[in-house]
Amino acid sequence: MKALTQKRRHPFAFVALLLLGLLLTGGLYAAATTVNEAQASNLPEGYTSEQVEEGERLFVANCATCHGMNAEGTDAGPSLVGVGAASVDFQVGTGRMPMQMQGPQAQQKPPQFNEEQTAQLAAYVASLGTGPAVPEDEYLDVDQGDPSRGGELFRINCAMCHNAAGAGGALTEGKFAPSLHGVEERHIYEAMTTGPQNMPVFNDANIPPEDKRDIIAFLKTYENQGTPGGFSLGFLGPVSEGLLIWTLGLALLIGSMVWLTSRSS
Amino acid sequence: MAEHGNGESGAVVTAGEGESGTYAIDSPGLPPHRPRLSDVDEKAAKRSERQVATLFIISIIGTIVFMVGYFAIGRTSEEFGEYFDHMQWLRIQNTLLGVGSAFAMLGIGLGVVHWAKTLMPDHEIVEPRKPLRAEAERAEAAQMMGEIVEETQIKRRPLLRNTLIAAALLAPLPAVVMFRDLDRAYGEEFSPERMRHTIWDEGVRLVRDPTGTPIRASDLTVGSAMHVIPENLREISSHGERLSEKAKAVVLLMRMNPEDFEHTSPGREDWTYQGIIACSKVCTHVGCPVALYERHTHHLLCPCHQSTFDAAQEFKVVFGPAGRPLPQLPITVDDEGFLVARSDFTEPVGPTYWERGNA
Repeated sequence: MKALTQKRRHPFAFVALLLLGLLLTGGLYAAATTVNEAQASNLPEGYTSEQVEEGERLFVANCATCHGMNAEGTDAGPSLVGVGAASVDFQVGTGRMPMQMQGPQAQQKPPQFNEEQTAQLAAYVASLGTGPAVPEDEYLDVDQGDPSRGGELFRINCAMCHNAAGAGGALTEGKFAPSLHGVEERHIYEAMTTGPQNMPVFNDANIPPEDKRDIIAFLKTYENQGTPGGFSLGFLGPVSEGLLIWTLGLALLIGSMVWLTSRSS
Repeated sequence: MAEHGNGESGAVVTAGEGESGTYAIDSPGLPPHRPRLSDVDEKAAKRSERQVATLFIISIIGTIVFMVGYFAIGRTSEEFGEYFDHMQWLRIQNTLLGVGSAFAMLGIGLGVVHWAKTLMPDHEIVEPRKPLRAEAERAEAAQMMGEIVEETQIKRRPLLRNTLIAAALLAPLPAVVMFRDLDRAYGEEFSPERMRHTIWDEGVRLVRDPTGTPIRASDLTVGSAMHVIPENLREISSHGERLSEKAKAVVLLMRMNPEDFEHTSPGREDWTYQGIIACSKVCTHVGCPVALYERHTHHLLCPCHQSTFDAAQEFKVVFGPAGRPLPQLPITVDDEGFLVARSDFTEPVGPTYWERGNA
């Protein structure tokens, strides 16, 4: 205290005092504006407050039975706080939610809500907590993607479940990885960022958005070019090919043996 | 009609002889010869001839189709720069090659069989079977063998016998040594030892496959799965060796809620980092890559034989033919915050191994 009293007549004391005052007022102002922004950030980016309100109404009417009145989750359905708009856009946009029936996993069906209602639901769920957003169009433009690089990434990260040709495959206890043929670019992207059902999450730190675009470009290229000849048999590899050769092939062999050994009339 | 073999072969049943006295049951003989339509009707024969010729012509057409597919399509497709058009032509070409070669073969085969069945002579022939046991020949062979043993004097001169056995036992050794050295093209260790270890070691960073970028713990959100290779893999210059080492060292990295871990053995408490857990991707059954991860059940499924491992219980086998859990890679973070291995796998990765110790 004594030291301070001695130094108050120091030539720089005025400067120090001025700095202190500026810092205080500046800091207070900054804190005040952050509080304001924090209140505003409840409104997710790209959505209007009307959409959030409308989405809440739809949510209470259609989803709250399983996910709870405030999306906090119940025994029948998980909490949706922080799952993000991408998750809603995928689950509702592909018809998986609302669920058709209880089972090992939610099945795809014609969507129950239109684009506008899906966006409203997404806005509401996104307002509950930050989560993956609906991807920007830039990352869905397959013309900008590199299909061959995407193919390598697909084979390392996706092919073990979804099949090297993206035709899907079986998992444990009735669950399965669905076919990726004919799935919209947006939904493929959202599945990677949110990890629906038992699919692992491939966030942007693992597969950056540009790489996701490459993977989508690979899938779309594969889908458009078709097979290089012969029957694809669902692209299921040895399963369907083996079944065909064991039934049709063996029947042909037995038929030709009967013909070879029969007497001519 | 030819008679079947007579009774002198010794293999003939004698008890309860038939009326002729030779066989138990009298030979019923052959059914009466039935002439074919083409044998009696010249028109039918002519029709068969045309059918066979048609089949041969189908074969000729098949060959031509193959040639057209191979040369004509092959040439024109080069003029199409557009990728998808190229794929269309490739599809047409492959179809023509397959269909053409199938009919080229099938036409000849079917034609020849039809020819033989309808036009070639069809009289029945009976070929008598030779006696099964020729005792005299057996005795002769046994005698020859005895003479050979006698003439070599191998029984009388055991020195010769013993040195011959020693020489024959030693002779394959050069081959063993040479084949062993085939495996030493790289590295000093002999192969069984090499299978015990991977290139994971203390402080080796976990990097993404294929980009090779290091991973921070925060890069994995709960529910994430990442396919990982060791950072020192890039230091291996030989392509073949790099692939061999990669095949052993591939790792799957997952993050789950730490409270989801159901069981942690003593000594493994610090093998995970904030719910991040790593395991070998090589199935312990026959070595398929296990990477079908279900993030809610924490099950890892092997696509080959449906072995299922539970990541929440240190990759214990919960279903299928695998005999032991997937080896877990102990991990932690280094000073810069990147995920690193604490050590190599503490047991050999991959299928059943002859001497396994988890210590």
